[in-house]
Amino acid sequence: MSLSRRGLILTAGAAAGGGLMLSFGGRAFAEGKPAGASLSAFVRIAPDGIVTIASKNPEIGQGIKTMLPMLIAEELDADWKDVRIENAPLDPDKFGSQFAGGSLATPLNWDGLRRVGAGGRAMLIAAAAQTWGVLAGERATTAGVVVHGPSGRKLRYGALAATAATLKAPDLKTVVLKDPKTFRIIGKSVRGVDSPRVVRGEPLFGIDVVVPGMLYAVFVKCPVFGGKVRSANLDEVKQRPGVKTAFVVEGGSDLEGLLGGVAIVGDNWWRVNQARDALKVEWDEGPTATQSSAGFAEQAGALSKDKTAKRIQSDGDTDKALAGAAHVVEAAYAYPFLAHATLEPQNCTAHVQDGKVTIWAPTQNPKPGRALVAKTLGVPESAIAVNITRCGGGFGRRLTQDYMVEAAWIPKTVGAPVKLLWNRADDIQHDFYRPAGFHYFTGGLDASGKVVAFRDHFVTFGKGDADVPSASLTRVEFPAGVIENLDYQRSAIPLGVPTGYLRAPGSNALAFVFQGFLDELAHAADRDPVQFRLDLMTQAGPRKASFDTGRMGAVLREVAARSDWDRRRKTLPARTGVGVAFYFSHAGYFAEVVQAIVSKAGAVKVEQIWMVGDVGSQIINPTGAEAQVTGAMLDGLGVALGQAITIDKGRVQQSNFDDFKLLRINDAPPVDAYFLKTDHPPTGLGEPALPPLAPALCNAIFAATGVRLRSLPIDRKLLAA
Amino acid sequence: MTISLNVNGETRRAEVEGDMPLLWVLRDVLDLKGSKFGCGAGLCGACTVHLDGRPVRACVTPVSAVGPAKVTTIEGVGATALGARVQASWIETDVVQCGYCQAGQIMSATALLAKTPKPTDADIDAAMRGNACRCCTYPRIRAAIKHAAGLSTADTRLVKA
Repeated sequence: MSLSRRGLILTAGAAAGGGLMLSFGGRAFAEGKPAGASLSAFVRIAPDGIVTIASKNPEIGQGIKTMLPMLIAEELDADWKDVRIENAPLDPDKFGSQFAGGSLATPLNWDGLRRVGAGGRAMLIAAAAQTWGVLAGERATTAGVVVHGPSGRKLRYGALAATAATLKAPDLKTVVLKDPKTFRIIGKSVRGVDSPRVVRGEPLFGIDVVVPGMLYAVFVKCPVFGGKVRSANLDEVKQRPGVKTAFVVEGGSDLEGLLGGVAIVGDNWWRVNQARDALKVEWDEGPTATQSSAGFAEQAGALSKDKTAKRIQSDGDTDKALAGAAHVVEAAYAYPFLAHATLEPQNCTAHVQDGKVTIWAPTQNPKPGRALVAKTLGVPESAIAVNITRCGGGFGRRLTQDYMVEAAWIPKTVGAPVKLLWNRADDIQHDFYRPAGFHYFTGGLDASGKVVAFRDHFVTFGKGDADVPSASLTRVEFPAGVIENLDYQRSAIPLGVPTGYLRAPGSNALAFVFQGFLDELAHAADRDPVQFRLDLMTQAGPRKASFDTGRMGAVLREVAARSDWDRRRKTLPARTGVGVAFYFSHAGYFAEVVQAIVSKAGAVKVEQIWMVGDVGSQIINPTGAEAQVTGAMLDGLGVALGQAITIDKGRVQQSNFDDFKLLRINDAPPVDAYFLKTDHPPTGLGEPALPPLAPALCNAIFAATGVRLRSLPIDRKLLAA
Repeated sequence: MTISLNVNGETRRAEVEGDMPLLWVLRDVLDLKGSKFGCGAGLCGACTVHLDGRPVRACVTPVSAVGPAKVTTIEGVGATALGARVQASWIETDVVQCGYCQAGQIMSATALLAKTPKPTDADIDAAMRGNACRCCTYPRIRAAIKHAAGLSTADTRLVKA
């Protein structure tokens, strides 16, 4: 299995130690309620047969709190209607990896959590055997009941759990897993387990946490990244209604850690946020104050001409092949910084008392958050308890724990529990942005229309040879491998703006530029865009492609069939077009077709999206899977239609949803999403449907208008007739 | 000042400034956490509540402007048959992803159906476009509204080949 870029990072950092094999040791259950007998850290069964399963990973809307327990319940052979689910606190010794990222929950837990369930089932069977005094092999289970085959005797799990809990846990490596043909829970649509509480407005999210005696805080950081407080009029701020105290935090220089700023703490969040109106800070803005998006574009243009740029990958002789090509295409692509804009702004509640820290955090990545708090506050990790709340969106933003360390620092000074909440401007202006990037392509076709040369000079951000987070082009980026003469070069601009992982990091930008430029080559070759891509799947080059081109070819053919591509593209009305794109990311194979109509004023309306994905042999929860891929594609559409973060004087210029626009219902088209089942282990779905959407859309707009869009977001002025 | 509010059929009193937005009175004074803070500027709809059945953005509604109007929040909307039907439809359609915006979505959807029991797609677009969903659950929001209205949930906007 090939892991994503983010997967590698998480596996090496956050999830170290959280492997495939989960601990079956700890008998103490997550939230420690006494009712019932614990078969493992994950499973507790009460005498009335209620099976409580711990859900170990943060829920950010990806449906993990429903899906991971399905794996356990299936192999435990529980009756889903008897299953109750509780959030596990951060405790990797008991639960293994606990993070939400990289679409990794399925590949990391598909085997291990089913074995946890199977181990519990083996213990229940052993308990029944002990009760009845019968032989092994004569018992089966069905939906929460152990059955003795020969006699037909039955015992419910609830009656067996107490005995089972006294037995030795089996070796999970050797427990027998079900034949997938006999699955009763996996593969059936199971609705979100917390949805009834969500629709009643019950407090589930980080922002809803209440701790007795709690105060509320805002934390005002320098608008220029990394700036520090020189002075602040704290006395005036303290006079404002509701304000209990205000103080300067010195902070450090790590953009992912505690930065300098002013904390305002009081009895009500609105009051402390209002008190910001009275705050005047003299900032030491630091070196980033000279940086701007316009400056970056200017530097990229100059760097694109640097013939000595570092080569990432070089096959054959690209200069020579271009000189001999029948047709040469050149194009410059660019994409902007992006914010995550989780609808629940960053927040965290913390209590520091008697050397112990208790944290309630909407986080995707609690373990490194705890480590950061430990380091910054100078307390051992063992003295920090992290409660993981439901997250009002994640998208990668809550992989970075700056808000957690701020929340833990403030009560240390105040002496009371504190809920820190950012306002929307804080959230948009202090993110870890999807980095902007610039790609300068040259492609060469021979007389038959075959791609014989391909060059990308990528201008990214970094220091020396090191890219900033999420800003890398790897040597295997397709079409590397299948093109005889290929040249990937890299130049970098220094950057003081923090960057990070946004849903399908790297891929969300690279798909746009590579699938856009491949479309340009297809049209230059006068080939059907689907057939041109299929031909690349079978083109012999110096190496194999970085993914299985057979699987990608299959999803491309299927999406062409489902969208009736051949007939559709020939029969569309004026200023209406269809476009196609594919992308491999997070171990998933995705091809998408978009149909769009462009008004004479240049307004783009997507009429429909077709998607075919291949994530292996099993869709674990079909309703959740469809929700994830639909949401991912519409997320990609929202980005393409209207999102950009721009920098001026080292500051973010956007501040709310009027200038950083989210997709709305009237722009959300019908979606046809279909999965091809193939004989491969199942992989994740939170991210890989996103990358092909923007290029498929821009390719459709080209088909509709003849205008090639090479930068995002879409500029409708370019599309007016 | 002492403000008296009718919230979900009960009289509630709060000792707050008149310019405090209704959202923060509900959340942090009356401890009704269902209405959500997303933007503070009436741009995302996460804070939507009803005043006498009319959907308003609580984050930009000063509490002093509420007066005798009946405030209904997500915690109270299920007390009406229509509100309960919309909540049930949301569950049955499996709309929720992260869920943060859904209180506001349900409040806007309930207000729409109270006025327009059989909404068209255009009616849904007009009534719901002020409610952003960052997870983009829009196709299921549309389906859940139609289901609650007793309409077919098939997406009639599908294009023909």
